[in-house]
Amino acid sequence: MKCYTPVIYKGLSPCKPHAIKSAVLQSEQVQYVIKQLAKELGESPDIIQEEATEILDEMGHRMQLGAVRFFAFTLSKIFKQLFQRVCVNEEGMQRLQHAIQEHPVVLLPSHRSYVDFLMLSYLLYTYDLALPVIAAGIDFLGMKIVGELLRRAGAFFMRRSFGGNRLYWAVFAEYVKTMLRNGYAPIEFFLEGTRSRTAKTLTPKFGLLSIVMEPFFKREVFDTYLVPISISYERILEESLYAYELLGVPKPKESTSGLLKARRILSDNFGTIHIYVGQPVSLRTLASGRINRCPYNLVPRHLPQKPSEDIQEFVSDVAYKMELLQIENMVLSPWVLVAAVLLQNLPAMEFELLIEKTLWLKGLTQTFGGFIEWPDNLCAKKAVLSGLTLHSNIACLVDGHVVLNDKGVEDGAVGEIVFRRALAVLMCATYRNQLLNVFVRPALVAIALQMAPSFRKEEVYSCFSFLRDVFSDEFIFFPGISLKDFEEGCFLLTKCDAIQTSQQEIYPTDKGSGTVSFLSAMFRPFVEGYQLIFRYLSKEMKEAFNEKQFIPGARNFVFQLLEKGSTQCYEALSSDMQKNALSALVQLGAVKRKKTPNGFTYNVNQEAVSKILDMFDARIPVQKPVAARL
Amino acid sequence: MQSHCFWGSEPGLGESSTLPWQELLKWNGWGYNDSKFIFNKKGQAEFTGKRYRLGGMVLPTFKEWIEKTFGASLEHKTTSRTSLNVNDVPPSVVNEEFLQDLRATKISYSQDAEDRVFRAHGHCLHEIFVLREGMFKRIPDIVVWPVCHEDVVKIVELACKHNLCIIPFGGGTSVSSALECPEEEKRTIVSLDTSQMNRILWIDEKNLTACVEAGIVGQDLEKQLAESGFCTGHEPDSMEFSSLGGWVATRASGMKKNIYGNIEDLVIHIKMVTPRGIVEKNCQVPRMSTGPDIHHFIMGSEGTLGVVTEVTIKIRPVPEYQKYGSVVFPNFERGVACLREVAKQRCAPASIRLVDNAQFQFGHALKPQVASIFTSFLDGLKKFYITKFKGFDPNILCVATLLFEGDREKVLQHEKQVYDIATKFGGLAAGEDNGQRGYMLTFVIAYLRDLGLDYYVIGESFETSVPWDRVLDLCRNVKERIVRECKEKGVQFAPLSTCRVTQTYDAGACVYFYFAFNYRGISDPIHVYEQIERAAREEILANGGSLSHHHGVGKLRKRWMKESISDVGLGMLRSVKEYVDPNNIFGNKNLL
Repeated sequence: MKCYTPVIYKGLSPCKPHAIKSAVLQSEQVQYVIKQLAKELGESPDIIQEEATEILDEMGHRMQLGAVRFFAFTLSKIFKQLFQRVCVNEEGMQRLQHAIQEHPVVLLPSHRSYVDFLMLSYLLYTYDLALPVIAAGIDFLGMKIVGELLRRAGAFFMRRSFGGNRLYWAVFAEYVKTMLRNGYAPIEFFLEGTRSRTAKTLTPKFGLLSIVMEPFFKREVFDTYLVPISISYERILEESLYAYELLGVPKPKESTSGLLKARRILSDNFGTIHIYVGQPVSLRTLASGRINRCPYNLVPRHLPQKPSEDIQEFVSDVAYKMELLQIENMVLSPWVLVAAVLLQNLPAMEFELLIEKTLWLKGLTQTFGGFIEWPDNLCAKKAVLSGLTLHSNIACLVDGHVVLNDKGVEDGAVGEIVFRRALAVLMCATYRNQLLNVFVRPALVAIALQMAPSFRKEEVYSCFSFLRDVFSDEFIFFPGISLKDFEEGCFLLTKCDAIQTSQQEIYPTDKGSGTVSFLSAMFRPFVEGYQLIFRYLSKEMKEAFNEKQFIPGARNFVFQLLEKGSTQCYEALSSDMQKNALSALVQLGAVKRKKTPNGFTYNVNQEAVSKILDMFDARIPVQKPVAARL
Repeated sequence: MQSHCFWGSEPGLGESSTLPWQELLKWNGWGYNDSKFIFNKKGQAEFTGKRYRLGGMVLPTFKEWIEKTFGASLEHKTTSRTSLNVNDVPPSVVNEEFLQDLRATKISYSQDAEDRVFRAHGHCLHEIFVLREGMFKRIPDIVVWPVCHEDVVKIVELACKHNLCIIPFGGGTSVSSALECPEEEKRTIVSLDTSQMNRILWIDEKNLTACVEAGIVGQDLEKQLAESGFCTGHEPDSMEFSSLGGWVATRASGMKKNIYGNIEDLVIHIKMVTPRGIVEKNCQVPRMSTGPDIHHFIMGSEGTLGVVTEVTIKIRPVPEYQKYGSVVFPNFERGVACLREVAKQRCAPASIRLVDNAQFQFGHALKPQVASIFTSFLDGLKKFYITKFKGFDPNILCVATLLFEGDREKVLQHEKQVYDIATKFGGLAAGEDNGQRGYMLTFVIAYLRDLGLDYYVIGESFETSVPWDRVLDLCRNVKERIVRECKEKGVQFAPLSTCRVTQTYDAGACVYFYFAFNYRGISDPIHVYEQIERAAREEILANGGSLSHHHGVGKLRKRWMKESISDVGLGMLRSVKEYVDPNNIFGNKNLL
């Protein structure tokens, strides 16, 4: 029998979970907050201490090797049922092994599925590496047995939101930092905060990241390794669940019986999983030259201290950098290309043409730096066919044509048909979406070329910059480097001969018109979808509203247009796009967001939204201060 | 009473009166000419001379330690040039009118190349390296030897009259590039050597003070005071060679500050000659409330404001009894926790120091072959502690050395209190000899660099002060940073990167680092060395440590002054300089 003896951080002796818990409770940090709260609330510190203990019990992991073995055993059975293969970059695992011995390690996987962290723990176990402790959402606790099992396998739980609860924050932060400082185990959490329902990387959350970075800022550790991990699924386990959820059909609460029902899924095939463990990034290296001053020198380190603006900005930059690395390393399956082509050719497409287009897109994706899993000896026809087999629930081959599988109920009502179609489109989009962050810079240049009144560089750049701002929550851009993104987009388009640039001008080549129009068609659902949502906001929302009113309202608005046939933009039904569009307007200053006790309320500035709409339609030129040197 | 002069000459060997001081000292390295580490014909290490207890002894395991620690080999040797090449020395440029005026004062002076080079440097690594293999671009043009306060007044007046640059020189033990002449200085540079101002002017037994000329060297001061049954108790590691004026100018700290205080606690009155005139107080009182203490403009001014000529310093009766001690701790963390507790209870002995494992190993490597007082440290440990008390890993344990002083009964009582605390932190008493050896090594360790330089090993020490709660993090991070920087800069062998806690205070500690590496295969070792040292200092600052605890700023650490004391703080110092020395007569460019 194989013996599990993981390598550990610099010969550290492992510590029992309850010892960690008591260390956390007794820590100066937690004790300080307890005393403060006791003073403020006029309560005895003992009571608050009790509360802290409860929080810790609810949160803490109870990693036991027995449970880990049991888990590993069960998982290996289940995984073998579900997936054909799991591919891992071997050298990445070796790098990780070195990193774990050197410094505390933070694993930052992408989040597409619940399978993510099960798979990652299983993987580390198989490679004889220390199991990570995982920050998972507390809703897992609803799953009685599984929740407990996860806990014993090393997961710890955090409430989804605890911004206001100082005690919770203190206990949680200290727990994470204790694990990290002592190097007991790698910490794992998801920068995206939640599973991306669209398979498109979500903009990062900063809270946990700033917690794990703090021990380094305070020099309690010499360095910390951040390891971006990209996990991609040929077919996502929750694909249909997500589509329903995006369309507003409530998501089933995680429960053990729900998981058992998911057994039905077990008989299904979900293809291959690709895990790419990125190069560990040294936080010290990232910070060198950035964080010069020593903001933590003048205050005792155990006092809670709001990070300086410098540090907040740094944390945000690191978060984006890590997500961009995830994107860069994400393995794309051929089906992703098929989905992207298919979505531009609805409702049906000739099979041969699909193959031809897919092959063409493969070349383009590689030019743009996409990382496609496409063995040299695999012919395009086979690749497309195997994709269609695996995703027969989305599309199928009928009479030499590939058609979207949107026939639920025959001859249903118009609404039913629209809903079915939307479901299929959104599922299909989930796969195309995996390409978007690779394509977004050249594509926005292509769209800007069509929007701009002339080919003058400044005008194209203005449009690009406007689009980048509008889509800043939709796609991942490193903060603040609009010009660099523009240059990269232009460079990639030049590389594939789609545009030519002169000193003052950028213009599409004859040869490249296909590329340019493909790119703009690829992002059209977003351009159109945003316009629909903006229109809804500018027309229908005269009064203050909250998110609960906005999402169904926008959905109905789009739904009616689809029923009438006056738009084909099914993706505008997605609550994800609706939220992003709203937050884009907030950032552009066209919508005012106010915090109230019951969440946020919004107020639309009609004029500003109309103006943005006009810019979209290129009715008025985009006004933006142009960067001095272009 | 045990000799407290274990660091220096045995009685009767103090030749400073029979031979000029300069002749006794190495021109291109640390300390006395006759004292150095060598490898004898059998290839064994030996320490020469009779000045130190280690003198004339063979150190059988030392060679192996060097080879193992640095990957150095006796076959690969570099040699310093044997003597100064006078032709390389920049010529002395001195205005004849000034020389005439100077002759009229009858103050002795010299334009001799060797005299000038001797005063062109301190003991930073790069300075010694230049002496061995190159030449300074700028050195003093003339050396003057005033013998009293009035002579200094005359020299400063002449300098003002002729617009010259004066650089005061005491013992020459600076490790902050403070003595280096600014290359761009166009004026004549006068090195004002205070060594002839070395008398004790008076001793006041009623108030326990002594007025001393500032050029006196530490060991002479203690020797002469001892004749009357007194001491100052101020013992910086450099005290064999450093001067009273130098201590004042750099804010020095002594090993036994727990009893006697640092220089700022010891000084009662200072007389300093500045271009503006003489600055001093009107009385010799223990404390006064007359605005900011002007002494604090002087202490740490590093020769930028004037020359300290006379100092009234506190004295104490020579202690009746001295006792060394040592404690072994299972690891550095426990050791630091114990020192913290000792500081908390305010029961620190005259000196308490904690060396990390690497320095413990180093001390072990310097164990002589014979001599019963050096009973084997590790062997004893192996037999008793390591086997008996598991967990004392010889590669992890660390040692604290102690020095108690006072009347016999109190010392014994005090000793018990400290050992009791140590026991609580897992410490085990490890005998007097080990303690004494530890302190002796402090003095001979300085000689080691010259040996290293012969075998491609360069090294240096640096220090900082840090709050208690950050001591461990700082030590670990700085050592690690040094190791990493060496690796990144292409140093082939892992460096020696080690530290010790040398002073305890109520609110923090002083930490001392030693750092050395084998530079074979590196074309510009000094540059690499300086980059690494700089990185280490950045690391110290980022960990909440100070720019310096007692070495001072000089020119080596100037770049961090603003960060250390804020813009306004720097402006305050500048405005003092501007008032006191508007023409920058004291132009060594230190500090600001």
